[in-house]
Amino acid sequence: MTTYILRRLAFLVLSLLMASVVLFLLLRLLPGDPANALLSVGASPEQIAAARHQIGSDRPLPDQFVQWLHQLATFHLGDSFVSSLPVGPEIASRLNVTVPLTLLSFLLSLVIALPVGFVAAHRSRTWYGSLLSGISQLGIAVPVFWVGMILITFFALRLGWLPAGGFPQDGWSDPGAAADSLVLPVITVALVMSASLIRYVRSATLDVLGSDYLRTARALGSSFTGAMWRHGLRNGAAPVISILGIELATTLLGAVVVETVFALPGLGSLLSQAVAQHDYPTIQGVLFVSTFAVLVIGFLADLVQRLIDPRLRGRLSGGAR
Amino acid sequence: MSAPATRQTRPRRSWTLVTGCVLAGLIVAVGLLSLAWVPYAPDDTSGGRLMPPGLPHLLGTDKLGRDLLTQLMIGARIALESGVGAVAIGAVLGVPLGLAAGFASRWLDDLVAALLDILIAFPTLLLAMLVVAARSASLGSAVIAIGLAMTAVVARLTRVLVKRVLTQDYITAARTSGTSWPRVITGHVLPNIWGTLAVNLALQFGLAVLAEASLSFLGLGAPPPNESWGRMLQEAQATVLTAPTGAIAPGVLLVVLVVGVNMIADGLRDTLDPTRRRSR
Repeated sequence: MTTYILRRLAFLVLSLLMASVVLFLLLRLLPGDPANALLSVGASPEQIAAARHQIGSDRPLPDQFVQWLHQLATFHLGDSFVSSLPVGPEIASRLNVTVPLTLLSFLLSLVIALPVGFVAAHRSRTWYGSLLSGISQLGIAVPVFWVGMILITFFALRLGWLPAGGFPQDGWSDPGAAADSLVLPVITVALVMSASLIRYVRSATLDVLGSDYLRTARALGSSFTGAMWRHGLRNGAAPVISILGIELATTLLGAVVVETVFALPGLGSLLSQAVAQHDYPTIQGVLFVSTFAVLVIGFLADLVQRLIDPRLRGRLSGGAR
Repeated sequence: MSAPATRQTRPRRSWTLVTGCVLAGLIVAVGLLSLAWVPYAPDDTSGGRLMPPGLPHLLGTDKLGRDLLTQLMIGARIALESGVGAVAIGAVLGVPLGLAAGFASRWLDDLVAALLDILIAFPTLLLAMLVVAARSASLGSAVIAIGLAMTAVVARLTRVLVKRVLTQDYITAARTSGTSWPRVITGHVLPNIWGTLAVNLALQFGLAVLAEASLSFLGLGAPPPNESWGRMLQEAQATVLTAPTGAIAPGVLLVVLVVGVNMIADGLRDTLDPTRRRSR
């Protein structure tokens, strides 16, 4: 297991390095000079040259890349083109919204999906079993921002129970108000996320229910609950956990879109703004932080999966993803 | 021909497949119709603002006075264009890449697999925003970005499928009897993987349509006057209480299209692979 962790860790570092290369090259090789973002239309050639010099886009690519790696290693992600403020602290303050939103939505989607997926499989031949899988089918086809709009309409505008959007200016200093403004966004993301999760849980449960080992355990006198608890859970959990890493990453993305719907000052709205304003340092910073998060989540998911399922220990990455 | 690909079963009638075709077909019909005829010009703002459904505007108008039905019809076309475009890019780039990786030597294959894992870790939506940031907000940028992100997924799937097929006895038999590799690919590998590929491409189509809607909702998709459903929803968000049709109709059509395509995928899987009929 130690060897595995070391190898997987090396793979993680390699992935991060490659991700930074991909990120760097994509922004440099795609047409459009980042210097344009600093200037108004009709700038003179001298102004353009000065702007290029200021942000360093007139230097050779390898030089720029070394500088970018240095920035990453020291966590100084550069200054925003628009506000001239350093990108790092801005991202950190946005994480105060995005991280709770992502984690809470993820937890809630688990709380919804595990029992519903189990019942949908265990009672797959009853009308409510079919209804549950039908609803989850529908759920994966619904755009997350639309769910947000509908929830705002009913619970904020019609009933007035919760705020329709926004986040307290002073952040978490009033935890009650901050939590209030996260309730609807969390429900929105969790509803959509649980739809796809239900399908995985259901399919894993169906595999367990049809397995020989469960039948054998039952034939040897175990109760259904006992057999499921002792054999089913561990076997059924493996494929679901391999998905959870990806689900958590997808939840982060769902959060990005939903933040716009609810006007939350998180990573997602920062990114949309930066894209609209061609603010390259901010775009680079946000994308690197989120890719970093996604890769680390994948790493942790692989480790947990190995702990649970000894059959996978020979392989480097990914189960049946 | 190899045994598994030429299974002699008549495709059973699958209600999932039929329903899916009806739902998706509805949207396709509307999209095609919009090429030939729409009730009003997309930039015609003469209708009065936020009119309720009725005559002369069947579904009413938006906050600029544009006819809602017209916009919905054009939105259908844009949704289909983005799905077809992204899947075409993903398949044309991804399938050959996956085939090559599946046949490549061990270390090259490992390298490609690692690269694909990293690309897949790079979330579609973020990649799309990157492309839009570097180019400009347009339907083309959005479709290219979604298609590129899909390429990694398709390539990885193709690679796994190819590797699985290559371990089969009928491949060894074909090679032993002197069949050349190109013949093996066209005669044995492709026929055995295309079914699974088609099902997954259909699922990717739905995801692409949703991704395009998200991008246009964020203001990074097709610019006016030809707007996608995502942008229509974004514009209708502020007036959802006074003019609910504009905030509901585009969402419903999106769901109809994506559910339809997903049902086609499920139906195809059931029809192509009878062993999975019970499990999903």
